[in-house]
Order: sequence, then structure tokens, then C-alpha cells
Amino acid sequence: MRSIKFLLQKEFLQIFRNKGMLPIIFLMPVIQLVVLSFAATYELREVDFHLVDFDHSTASRQLVNKFQATGYFNLQDHSQDVNEGISQMQMNEVRLVLVIPEGFERDLKSGQPVSVQMNIDAVDGSTAGLIQAYGRSIIQDFGSEISVRANQVSNATAPGIAIIPASWYNPNLDYIKYMVPGILVVLVSMIGMFLSGMNIVREREMGTIEQLNVTPLKRYQFIIGKLLPFWIIAMFELAIGLIIAHFGFEIPFVGSVLLLFGIAGIYLLVVQGLGLFISTITNTQQQAMFIAWFLMVVFILMGGLFTPIESMPGWAQQLTVANPIAHFIKIMRMVLLKGAGWAEVQNLVGLLFLMSVVILPAAILRYRKSTG
Amino acid sequence: MDAFIGFIVKEFKQIYRDKRTLVVLFGMPIIQMLLFGFAIRNEVENAKVSVLDASNDEVTRQIISKIDASNYFTVEGQIQRYDEIEELFQQGEIDEVLVFEPDFARKLHRGERPAINIITDASNPNLAQLIQQYSTSIVIDYEIENGADGKVQRGGLTANVNMLFNPQLESVNLFVPGLIAVILMLISALMTSISITREKEMGNMEILLVSPLRPGQIIIGKVLPYLVLAFVNVLTVLALAKWVFGVPFRGSYSLFLAESLLFIFTALALGVFISTKADDQQTAMMVSLAGLLLPTVLLSGFIFPISSMPVPLQLISNIIPARWYLVIVRSIMLKDSGLFFIWKETLVLVIMTLGFILLSVKSFKERLQ
Repeated sequence: MRSIKFLLQKEFLQIFRNKGMLPIIFLMPVIQLVVLSFAATYELREVDFHLVDFDHSTASRQLVNKFQATGYFNLQDHSQDVNEGISQMQMNEVRLVLVIPEGFERDLKSGQPVSVQMNIDAVDGSTAGLIQAYGRSIIQDFGSEISVRANQVSNATAPGIAIIPASWYNPNLDYIKYMVPGILVVLVSMIGMFLSGMNIVREREMGTIEQLNVTPLKRYQFIIGKLLPFWIIAMFELAIGLIIAHFGFEIPFVGSVLLLFGIAGIYLLVVQGLGLFISTITNTQQQAMFIAWFLMVVFILMGGLFTPIESMPGWAQQLTVANPIAHFIKIMRMVLLKGAGWAEVQNLVGLLFLMSVVILPAAILRYRKSTG
Repeated sequence: MDAFIGFIVKEFKQIYRDKRTLVVLFGMPIIQMLLFGFAIRNEVENAKVSVLDASNDEVTRQIISKIDASNYFTVEGQIQRYDEIEELFQQGEIDEVLVFEPDFARKLHRGERPAINIITDASNPNLAQLIQQYSTSIVIDYEIENGADGKVQRGGLTANVNMLFNPQLESVNLFVPGLIAVILMLISALMTSISITREKEMGNMEILLVSPLRPGQIIIGKVLPYLVLAFVNVLTVLALAKWVFGVPFRGSYSLFLAESLLFIFTALALGVFISTKADDQQTAMMVSLAGLLLPTVLLSGFIFPISSMPVPLQLISNIIPARWYLVIVRSIMLKDSGLFFIWKETLVLVIMTLGFILLSVKSFKERLQ
């Protein structure tokens, strides 16, 4: 036991002596959490559009005003040439070219079919879909207002179907609350996986591992001494992150935070085990980092953090069973936002536990072989 | 000059002798590309809808089957009571519930406004927003087609929508160009920063510095192999984009390759800069991995549109090199934009590259003193 204590002491000393690393370990995750959580949204803000108005009538001006009044659209430029609008789209200055045909007002008033053209930059499909939906409902509204006036219908509301949307659990469609727990998971995982794994290859590359190997230190003691410091640091960062989440971002914390920490403890063993395993199959820090980076990117991008797992094809959804980050992100969101308890998360925790039971011994076994 | 050439040859040999690293460097981007190209989607496909139809008439049935028929939605079934919704959402089985009020068709025919409630599980707000908009759109379509039963005139105003550059709204076309940027950025910055700090850590840098090579030559020698490597990656990734994913390539190949080379330069220069600041590989790695990964993915517009972000973040995104390259790649590939259309983005990358080089030289000199 004493030797583990000394090893821990040495490891912590090493970590805290490295002045370059300290801000990276402690400051960078906090900054990223605070800053990046705001980035992950599809919410439509001002869409710059180019107007081609061939009608120049009161009605066409009213329609354009209606577009701008919603706050979603911003008139960037106008011309009498659709192609000019399209070139602006190629320069990424506008994302919509709105074309109002000649005779717009006349036809509208006489009840003729009129069509307004929306040319949308569809490179980003989701945004294009939103622009289309918002634009169409503005045009539709405008059409029915006009027709009510034209037909002199007595009731003030336009006939048709009233569509009433309701967003449950998150009525303001607040993205932050959804993203903060996920991003926190990624940051904690990076600390856990990168640092603990790399630490061992580093000793190997520097040759210092030989010195450790000739000490009376037992293998498991060595591994514990290597993993524990970063486990503690990662848990500490999780705690800081949660404090920021709660007080800074007003994440509700519906469920039990204690439960969350328990699960995080298991989860970190999985990521650290992976880092350790990577370090046993590589010779240099460069290789190890590259593989760790690769795994991390795969885990993050296929973990349901940014794009829903449900949108993936079936085989990819099945692959996520092996993705610890996906599970922990899901658990975080369930516990913090919806108040899930042990009953709801036990299957996912079971999976994480299983992973830790497989990966840690595998890493320790390989470690012995590689140092022979 | 001979020493310089010899040094470069040595660097190339050193990297290309290490077969394992090579497999990793060339193989992993390909695997990533395949995996993400097929798997990452932000389009909504077959969102699960449940229906509470208190009216059950001609009109509601038509709207329901129209929803079901669209690619966005699958109608999973009917429910009878309003309070079943809560349970459905809690289980996470259903994304959206449509509630039709009683007497729907009759009210519509009488010229009233019968209501459809579109209820979404907004614990995933992005998804909720998209499916809400899509279902609204389908209902509006229905109204237009049926002139709301032909009795109600809607003034005949319709929106004629053209989706340009990506008419099928495929997210592959958005993500594949983005992946090129993310992969290049991280490989180039990561590998160079580590390889230079490695020399420092091992003490080899001192040896190199007393050699007849000038510091600039040392850096070039270190960076050149990675430049070649990254460029090969561009070619493979481009081939995958074209032949595996069928992403259209409408613009000029030579412009694309030139811009990619420029971006690789930017990333390499950033890597060199990181290495002049970091003392050991671990620090260099954490800065270029942990420090670049999330910002590059999140702030470059790779997944989330920059225009949707709050203004301060939009400003910060300007310092992310991938943001500019991404616009360039998407414009060339999908919009057939020539240099005239993307000169601004190109200029930004040039300035960034020069800036990083300048900063590196400066801090390199400081260190030598």
C-alpha cells in the first residue's frame, strides 16, 4: 500500500510541476464548456436574402415587410436580376433569393393563382428546410390575409387549419440545457483517456519505464498509480463542470447527482482503460495520440451528441452499443434533465460496467506482454 | 544545400519507415470518412409520430396519411387519451404527437379554423424544431392542394420553392466536405506539433541547432513529409467523396487542390506554432487535440450553421481556420464557385498562415536567446 502511496505522490507531483499542462487540464475544459455549449444549435436567426421584385407594388412591399418583421429574414440586397442573387448565394452572402413576379398585386386581388419563388441555398439541408418552412408560412399567411380582405368575409380570422405547436419538457427549445451535459462528458473523457494512456507510452518512450519495471512495484500497483491520479482529476473536473452547469447554465438537476458520480466513476475506468490499452499497443506517443484521437472523434461524432443517433442508419445505431461516450451522454441527459433514476439507467450502467470489466484486464494483460 | 537535402531525405525515411504509423495515418482518415459519411445525418428520417384523432373523418385521415407518406415521418399508431402522451414521451418511443380536435372536417367546411396540435418531445430541441416545421409544412401543403376543400379561397398565393445546389437536401453533401476540413486540420496540426516537440523532448533539437542547418530549414524538413502525407489524404478523401458517396463535384479540381494545399499550410503552420510554445509532447498533444478538436467541430460550421450561433460565438468562429476552408470546399464542390467568389476566405487563410509562421519564428528566436 505504501508503495502505491509513494507512486501517487510522484505522479501528482509530476502533474503539478508541469506548469504548461496545468492550464490545459484545468482551465481549457472550463472555457470550452462555457463557450462551446452555445454553438450547437440549428435555431434559425437572421437569414440574409436577396429580393428580386418585378412588381414594385404595395402588395409586394407588404410581403417583403412581413418577411422582415418576423425577425428571421433580413433584406441584404435587391436587384432586377435573379442571377445576381444566385451569384451572391455562391459568394455565401445570401441564403435566399426571393422572386416576386410581375402582376403580383393585380393577380392576387383578382383571385388568380400567383406564385412567389423562393430560391434557397440548400447546401445545409436542415437550415434550408427551416428557411423553406418559415418562408412558406409567411407567404401562406399573407395570401390568406389578402383573400379575407378581398372576399369581405365577416369573421376576422382567416379560414383554414390552425396549427398549434407545443414543445414539451423544453418549451423554449433551449439548446443549452441539452448540450451542456453532453459537452461536459466529452471534456471529462478527453482528460481521462488522453492523459492516462499517454502517460505510460511516455515513460516507455523516455525509457523511464524500465526503471519502474525493476522496482519491487507490482504490476497492479503500477497501473493503479498511473490511473488513479487522472481518475481523481477527471472526477474533480466533472464536479466543477456540474457546478458551472447548475449555477451558470441553470441545468435543472432533476435526478440524483450522487448517482451520476457513481456512474461517472465506472465510466472513467472504461475510458482510462481504453487509453491504457492504446498505450500498450503503440511504441511512441505520436502513434498513441493519433489512435486516441481517432477513437475519440468516432465516439463523439457517433455518440448522439450533435446529431441524433436515431437519424443514423440501422448498422450505425447498432455500433453505438460499443460507444461508452454515447451511453454516458445519454445517462447524463436522462438523469439531469428528465430525472431518471436507477431503474431507468441500470441497463446502460450495466453496459458500462461490462466494458470496464473487459477493457481494464485486457490492457493490464497486454501491458505485461509488451514489457516482457 | 546538400545538408538540407540530406536532412529532408532523413525525415522522410524516418516517417515512412515506420509502417505502423503510416497505416494509422493513411488508414484512419479513410475509415473515419466511411464511417461518418454513412452514419452522420442531421436530416430527420422516419421520426415516430403518434396520432390522437378525435374526429376521424375524411380530412384528418388524409392529413395523417400524407404525414405517413413523407420520408420524414412514420405514423406509429393511434392513441385514445390525451394523458397517454406523457407516457409515450417518457419511454422515448415517440417523437411527436398530432392531436386533431373533434368535428374537424365539418368545421373546416363551415369556414372555421379547426386546430391541429403538434406536440413534440423537445428534450432534444434541434430534432423537435425540425419535425415541428416539417409537419407544419405538410399540413400547409395539404391545404394548398385541397384548396381547403375547394370552398375556401386562399387567394391563390403559393410559394414555389427551389432548393439550389443540393436539391435532395442530403446531409452527406454537407458533411463530407466538412469532414475533409476536420481531418486535415487535426492530422496536420497534431502531427507536426508532436513531431517537433518530440525532438525537443528527446534533446535532438540542440543537436540539430548546432548543425549547419538553419532553424527555418529544420522546420521545413520536419514539416515537408507531413505536407506530402496530408496531400495524399486529400486525394483519397476526395476520391471517396466522389465515388463512394456520390457527392457532386461541380467546380474546378485544380482550384480545390490549390486551396487544400493552402489549408494544409495553415494547419502545419499552426502545428509549428504550437510546438514552439509547448515543452513536451504531452502539452503539444493536449493543445492540438483537446484544444482543437471541439472548437474545430463546433465552431467551423461543420455541423451547426454559424449563422445560428450567438454573435460573440460568430466572432470567435472567425479565428477557426477550418471555418474558412469549409466554406471554400463547399462552395467549390457544390456551388461551382470560382476564385472570384471565394477570394475573401482564401485571403483569410493566407493571412492566418503567414501570421502563424511569423509568430513561430518570433518565439523560436526568443527561445534560442
